[in-house]
Amino acid sequence: MSTASNQEARSRGKAPAGERVADWADGRLGIYSLAKANMRKIFPDHWSFMLGEVCLYSFIIIILTGVYLTLFFHPSMNEVEYHGSYVPLQGQLMSEAFSSTLHISFDVRGGLLVRQIHHWAALIFLAGMFVHMMRVFFTGAFRKPREINWLFGFLLFVLGMFTGFTGYSLPDDLLSGTGVRFMEGAILSVPIVGTYLSFFLFGGEFPGHDFVARFYSVHILLLPGIMLGLVVGHLILVFYHKHTQFAGPGKTEKNVVGMPLLPVYMAKAGGFFFLVFGVIAAIAAVAQINPIWAIGPYRADQVSTGAQPDWYMGFAEGLIRFMPGWEINLWGHTLVLGVFIPLVAFPLVLAAIAVYPFIESWITGDKSEHHILDRPRNAPTRTAFGVAWITIYMITLVGGGNDLWATHLHLSINAVTWFVRIFFFAGPVIAFLVTKRICLGLQRRDREKVLHGRETGIIKRLPHGEFIEVHEPLSQEQLHTLTAHHQYEPAEVGPTVDENGVERKVKGSEKLRAKLSDAYYGEDAQIPKPTVEEYKEITSGHGHH
Amino acid sequence: MSSQDIPEENLPAEHAGQPGAVSVADEKDPFADPGLPPHEHRIQDIDEQAAKRSERTVALLFTLSMLATVGFIAAFVAIPHDRSIFVFPIGHVSALNFALGLTLGAALFCIGAGAVHWARTLMSDAEIADERHPIEASPEVREKVHADFKQGAKESVLGRRKLIRNTMFGALTLVPLSGVVLLRDLGPLPESKLRHTLWKNGTLLVNMNTNEPLRPSDVAVGSLTFAKPEGLEEHDEEFQTEIAKAALMIVRIQPDNIKDRRELEWSHEGIVAYSKICTHVGCPISLYEQQTHHVLCPCHQSTFDLSDGARVIFGPAGHALPQLRIGVSDEGYLQALGDFAEPVGPAFWERG
Repeated sequence: MSTASNQEARSRGKAPAGERVADWADGRLGIYSLAKANMRKIFPDHWSFMLGEVCLYSFIIIILTGVYLTLFFHPSMNEVEYHGSYVPLQGQLMSEAFSSTLHISFDVRGGLLVRQIHHWAALIFLAGMFVHMMRVFFTGAFRKPREINWLFGFLLFVLGMFTGFTGYSLPDDLLSGTGVRFMEGAILSVPIVGTYLSFFLFGGEFPGHDFVARFYSVHILLLPGIMLGLVVGHLILVFYHKHTQFAGPGKTEKNVVGMPLLPVYMAKAGGFFFLVFGVIAAIAAVAQINPIWAIGPYRADQVSTGAQPDWYMGFAEGLIRFMPGWEINLWGHTLVLGVFIPLVAFPLVLAAIAVYPFIESWITGDKSEHHILDRPRNAPTRTAFGVAWITIYMITLVGGGNDLWATHLHLSINAVTWFVRIFFFAGPVIAFLVTKRICLGLQRRDREKVLHGRETGIIKRLPHGEFIEVHEPLSQEQLHTLTAHHQYEPAEVGPTVDENGVERKVKGSEKLRAKLSDAYYGEDAQIPKPTVEEYKEITSGHGHH
Repeated sequence: MSSQDIPEENLPAEHAGQPGAVSVADEKDPFADPGLPPHEHRIQDIDEQAAKRSERTVALLFTLSMLATVGFIAAFVAIPHDRSIFVFPIGHVSALNFALGLTLGAALFCIGAGAVHWARTLMSDAEIADERHPIEASPEVREKVHADFKQGAKESVLGRRKLIRNTMFGALTLVPLSGVVLLRDLGPLPESKLRHTLWKNGTLLVNMNTNEPLRPSDVAVGSLTFAKPEGLEEHDEEFQTEIAKAALMIVRIQPDNIKDRRELEWSHEGIVAYSKICTHVGCPISLYEQQTHHVLCPCHQSTFDLSDGARVIFGPAGHALPQLRIGVSDEGYLQALGDFAEPVGPAFWERG
């Protein structure tokens, strides 16, 4: 349709209804300027970019199902006698929170399904965030200008853990109550204010009558409210920065190559929401989760074996399990190091990964924007650090399930605990060294490939009897992709004398930075990528192999 | 458009001209960026038959979704909420949950699969390059903003009128205190509440299971008995809070096997009573190994030796379980001879 006829139609008030609505909205909200920038926004394609979507969609699913659950759940610790349709618990004393959860599970049609979708989606949300965060870490997507969005994502992960914890504590069942007791014990270990914190949180002594109602408002309002704000901010920044992309032909730091939001990503991402929701619904149909009726209501003097938190809290559980029971008693006071050190280590281990982007940018001193992703092998020290961090996380997770490892693999619980104690320190060091070697090996292989071509697997016998493998030279696309990454030079401590020839004092931070920079980009830390000269020298001669 | 497409005729020229061979175009810099590769056409782009097939696949998926939603509603109405069915290999599951979950899952999944298939096969897959613009503002904009800010700050006279500035900071610093003070009534102060339990001199030990006072003859060697203080009933308002501190475990050990002198003194005919609440983070201890007299907390595996003052022999607990001194009342029942000598449960700053 031509513009002239279009305007004519508009002036006669015969524009299509959709257009008229859009015009109306534009006059009030300015949606056309917004749409101009975003409707055909380009998003690059890579399977790993889908991980963040999994998180977003499971978050939406959690909110939808969570709102439904609030319609039936009673956040009250009043003790009631159960008279619902689950026969084995008939006549038992339990809190209203527990009995209303039984009601949702047995008497509300579809209630069990929604409960299970909610819980499964929470596990997937946390797992998705973990993997998404690792994707961002290992590809260097956290570099300028995305450091703040990295922190937003990190906060979402941490808040997600606590939202999950307060959520699974709400049914007031024996398992989750034990977890709450564990939390109370950990709070008590805080020097000076521990008992006060505990009394204020629980409205007195544990368990009291308040914590379910308090956890409820934290779980359904406070934390999700903050998280929703962070998610929106996270997405706005993704749009504003435009997505990162991997190196390849036609892809530069100054462009973004991919397909437009309308229609391709609307359909793909919108469809993916339904895929995620559908899969989680099917999981909730076939895989039972948190069967609180089999666990029973909470009693402060009872416990079951194999008590485990949800997976994302297993890391905190592990820290507290393998720590030796150190206690210092002095001047009438007790310093409960055996519990307090894990309590402090928990945020510290998490913070180590959160602050990493700022440490790396300090070491490189690089102030430019980065939109082309690194392949993990091309940043060996970063990759090694990330793997070391995951190793700590996983070893601690093993520690959190030390009883299950012991019973399932027929090991001694003491041996498992000692393994965790030793490898909490040794594991990350080993992982760091091994990962770095692997990265350097892969860099060497890339270099070989660029200079000598791809191994074809074809063996040729030369006239004089020698056997060689035929190498096929790479295309320019491949050559470019394999050599596009930037390699830093190790930073050096500046001149020790100033312009007047006077010796200046070299700051300790400067020396540290030079040392770290050498560890990152020195001779042993990266394989120089092939240069054009090297390539020409090798390819100009014939009969190379 | 003609329905008798002949794929060969529809092949775009660029497709035919595309070499499969590798070559380095740029002689000067073989590593230079060759630019976006030419678009490769999908079968659907050149064969209308294939495109039609895709369209039918997408429509089929959307139709399946509709059917699944109908199935969901039918299951909701028709299946009683208490019916259980056997599903291999999961076992017995709620029929309603199983049917609702699978139909809902199918209804959602088919919409997603349809949309993704539509996007992948029928929407344009030509890659487009969009420019990026630096995020930093241009120097002119930067100068302008700085100047504007200085102007605004100057006009506010905040820098010049120090009295206003200082009192304002003072007021803004103090006002959040109201919020902090409001939190005071979240709970009572700890005082010495964590030091005391319901046990006192003369309180009978009541069997947790039978709700009857215990006689020494009720406690056999090798068995583990849980007890609560006489007078504490499940229906009591503060039952949970009290039992969280007062829960007791009782075992009988041959007096010769008791290594700790005080433990022996505080026992009765080899019957010893210890706090059931772990001194690590407060789980109730429940696993007893009768040969070694070790008890194990199932939460974090702290292990205590009940024949040696309940000292910690493994795990993260920091100190021994508190022992309750017991004796026998005139009627021959086991009774406490006072409260625990030290606080039960996890350690805390004021414990000492």
